[in-house]
Amino acid sequence: MFDALKGFGVTFGTMFKKVVTEEYPEVKKIPAERYHGRHQLNRHPDGLEKCVGCELCAWACPADAIYVEGGDNTEKARFSPGERYGAIYQINYLRCIGCGLCVEACPTRSLTMTTEYELADDNRQDLIYTKEQLMAPLLSGMEQPPHPMRLGDNEQDYYVKGPELAVSMESAPFADSMETAPLKEQGK
Amino acid sequence: MTLAADKNTDIVVPDGHVKLTIDGAEVVAPKGELLIRTAERLGTVIPRFCDHPLLEPAGACRQCLVEVEMGGRPMPKPQASCTLTVADGMVVKTQLTSPVADKAQAGVMELLLINHPLDCPICDKGGECPLQNQALKHGRTDSRFTETKRTFPKPIAVSSQVLLDRERCVLCQRCTRFSEQIAGDPFIELLERGSQQQIGTAQDQPFQSYFSGNTIQICPVGALTSAAYRFRSRPFDLVSTPSVCEHCAGGCATRTDWRRGKITRRLAAEDPQVNEEWICDKGRFAFTYTTEPDRLLRPRVRDAKTGELRDASWTEALRVAAEGLTKAKEAGGVGVLPGGRLTVEDAYAYSKFARVALGTNDIDYRNRPSSAEELAFLGSTVSGTNPEHGVTYGDIEKAPAVLLIALEPEEEAPGVFLRLRKGNRKHGNRVFHMGQWTTPAVVKTNGTLIPCLPGEEADMLGRLPSEVDELLRRPDAVILLGERAAEITGLFSTARELAAQTGAKLAWIPRRAGELAAIEAGALPTMLPGGRPVTDSVARAEVELAWGLETGTLPTAEGRDLAGILGAVANGRLAGLVIGSVDVHDLPNPELAERALDSGVFVVSLDLRESSVTRRADVVLPVAAISEKAGTYINWEGRRRPFPVVITGTNRLPDCRVLDTLAVEMDADLFTQTPAAAMADLGRLGHHTGNRIPAPSVDAGRPNRPGQRHAVLATWHQLIDHGSMQDGEPHLAGTARPAVARLSVDTAKAFGVADAALITVGTDRGSVTLLAEFADLPEGVVWLPSNSTPATVRTSLGAGHGALVTVTTAANGAAS
Ligand code: SF4
Ligand code: SF4
Ligand code: SF4
Ligand code: SF4
Ligand code: FES
Repeated sequence: MFDALKGFGVTFGTMFKKVVTEEYPEVKKIPAERYHGRHQLNRHPDGLEKCVGCELCAWACPADAIYVEGGDNTEKARFSPGERYGAIYQINYLRCIGCGLCVEACPTRSLTMTTEYELADDNRQDLIYTKEQLMAPLLSGMEQPPHPMRLGDNEQDYYVKGPELAVSMESAPFADSMETAPLKEQGK
Repeated sequence: MTLAADKNTDIVVPDGHVKLTIDGAEVVAPKGELLIRTAERLGTVIPRFCDHPLLEPAGACRQCLVEVEMGGRPMPKPQASCTLTVADGMVVKTQLTSPVADKAQAGVMELLLINHPLDCPICDKGGECPLQNQALKHGRTDSRFTETKRTFPKPIAVSSQVLLDRERCVLCQRCTRFSEQIAGDPFIELLERGSQQQIGTAQDQPFQSYFSGNTIQICPVGALTSAAYRFRSRPFDLVSTPSVCEHCAGGCATRTDWRRGKITRRLAAEDPQVNEEWICDKGRFAFTYTTEPDRLLRPRVRDAKTGELRDASWTEALRVAAEGLTKAKEAGGVGVLPGGRLTVEDAYAYSKFARVALGTNDIDYRNRPSSAEELAFLGSTVSGTNPEHGVTYGDIEKAPAVLLIALEPEEEAPGVFLRLRKGNRKHGNRVFHMGQWTTPAVVKTNGTLIPCLPGEEADMLGRLPSEVDELLRRPDAVILLGERAAEITGLFSTARELAAQTGAKLAWIPRRAGELAAIEAGALPTMLPGGRPVTDSVARAEVELAWGLETGTLPTAEGRDLAGILGAVANGRLAGLVIGSVDVHDLPNPELAERALDSGVFVVSLDLRESSVTRRADVVLPVAAISEKAGTYINWEGRRRPFPVVITGTNRLPDCRVLDTLAVEMDADLFTQTPAAAMADLGRLGHHTGNRIPAPSVDAGRPNRPGQRHAVLATWHQLIDHGSMQDGEPHLAGTARPAVARLSVDTAKAFGVADAALITVGTDRGSVTLLAEFADLPEGVVWLPSNSTPATVRTSLGAGHGALVTVTTAANGAAS
């Protein structure tokens, strides 16, 4: 008799506790800022790509999720400062375990991770993200490559002057962090 | 200090050897060995950049410093172990036991890295870079250099293929030493001094080398890279498969790197007996032809209604082919032209297909100028050639004298050229080139030209300078014949006689990779597999037994050769043709070939890519490229060069498999379903031990003599030209030697073209117009590259080596 009441007591008590149910997908949960979500390939302030197609991220990946092929920048078609750019870039989200080792390997901070976690689909093909899907959106002041180097004469200028440029770009609406601007701010 | 030798006396030191101590361990080493190698045999790897076993020591980089004690006294400074030879009682301490050596090495590394750019992520060498590896192993962990690095504009194109990034260069001089010592093309040099010291090209000489790719491979950093492989991939993402080069009869060992079903590059592999560690640029870079857009992927059948070729299923194509061939067989017979680039397995399938399924000896693999005399030579002398008895690369290197006849080694057999040069540099060999002008190969082998008219070579053999005759009588002298020999009447016979008289060894070096394989497989009208004469009843019986045929089924008469087959097709005596990868423009008489193909004959073509043959064929059967199948080449030495499949899972079928299935449709069994099965079947047959085909005995022909109106044509192929197996690689094409017509000043004057920049060489068939260059050709002789211009010698002139041609000033002033 008493035991049954005790059981209802638990039920009754829970009714007054804070609810843990997530109202997803009606209400989207914002994860922690450093959550390991979908990757992003970042750009220099003028829109040129930071990726140099070095394949170091692919090498670092324990899940063999990344495929990269480098390409040669030419006078006519320049995608990144310097000689080399990532011509083909793919991440297979069926394989990726979100460890972030690729981000650590990237020598140019081209590759970072966003907090975007909605990575589900009903077929394999759509989960292999291509370069177009992974490229960071063009912020104000950025120009869609291919185009010539706007911030200096050679790729060294991009790295040497990079920090100053980032500061000077502070006035630009989303320039505080070109690399990991939260999705909502990037207008997504 | 006590000498190591005193401590331990039970190590026997053989004659010509010394005993020394390395890191406390006693070793015996042959006198003259470099310390760095002795240490290596002991398992101690001393870091190095400039040291290369096939190049002369330079001591340029100083990375290999070790501490050395001689006669109990330490040498004052650490010594470069790559230039120091071992000595008795030497006590050596490497970085493993000596902090001094270790510090010295770390110091050298630090200096090297001072001006080295932070390029690893964008550098093609990254991942396989000796500088990366050794910097991690022997360098400091942090950098003390805070000043600005020296920079150079990058990269500079040394040629259309080789790019030089001077910032990355560690000045090891491997590239310059290779060019100077091995290839003999001193195109890059060390320039300037101090921190500005750099590798550069000589201003006045354009860089031209057939071996430039090797410098890229041996550069210990990413300073030399190739335009073709630039940024293509990282070594750790590549699958490396051993392979054999398909471009010439040299049989060089290569390594093919690929990923995702695509070849990314080809490198030289090591084979001390064949190519050592070098390959030519054609072998290295010409692999894109297999992925050209005109590659055949599906069988095609000529539609009965429209008369056009259309895609078909294998089942349909094979049925149509089998029906057509059966009908043609009854209507007069079918000829087989396999082409000269097949593996033994594939050539064997053609050979067996002709005999078993078509019941004919009308088969000739020689898709080039050929002769009956050559046929006899191949049967009597070449068939059964093997490295145990015949001439080898090693023999060429050691020979006191080598006589080359109708062979331009650098253009036609680059590996042989490198050995000739090595032999001359190392052992002072004498090299005699019987040819028409002092080609770069003559100069680079330090050779002597024996000039003669084109076609006069055979005659010339009877009038050799006494010095040559004498040298050929020395033991181990060698005589080498080239592909063009077939265009010179009597040359095979006289060369055999000369060899017999002088005791010199004789070898035949054709241009195509499949020639010896096709001979061994019996893809000739006079020979069954294993060198068996078709007219020999014992030989036939052996083959009938092995193939499970009833006695007397094999045709007993010799078949038609290439010209015979094409002629018979043209006048309707043969009703069908089975053709492998044959380019009509390679044939001695392209016009006849086209006439034959257009004569309404039933043609089955097995090819890789669309060609003038596949376009005329009734059934086209696509076959596997070299990288998609396993097989065995036989190089000019007779050495078997087996190779595995490189790119697996393509489902492309080798010729032997296609023919096997086609034969089944025609109710015959070849047992060549796979290359392995074909090889086993051929192996059971073994080489013939009975009577051989008799040697040719043809008198030296009388060459065409130049006259007032005609000059005599000399011609051969350049290594890099318009061959279809070099398609799709513009960077390689850019390194081709310029196509020019050569003649002497006197000849030019005689024909009134001395002032003309462009000259036209013509026959009644057509003409070739080219820039003229003066060279030391005999009077009345003009030389043309066979296939380096859109207008080729065979197709446009319908001529060959030794033909009469006209020489005039170019009419319209445009090069063709
Ligand atoms: S996060 Fe980890 S698993 Fe995912 S791609 Fe990067 S390295 Fe690979
Ligand atoms: S994302 Fe970074 S690590 Fe990956 S290829 Fe591009 S530059 Fe290299
Ligand atoms: S040469 Fe080697 S160390 Fe230098 S940038 Fe290239 S990979 Fe790095
Ligand atoms: S280019 Fe390469 S091989 Fe030549 S000297 Fe420089 S580092 Fe050595
Ligand atoms: S390896 Fe000895 S000095 Fe370069």
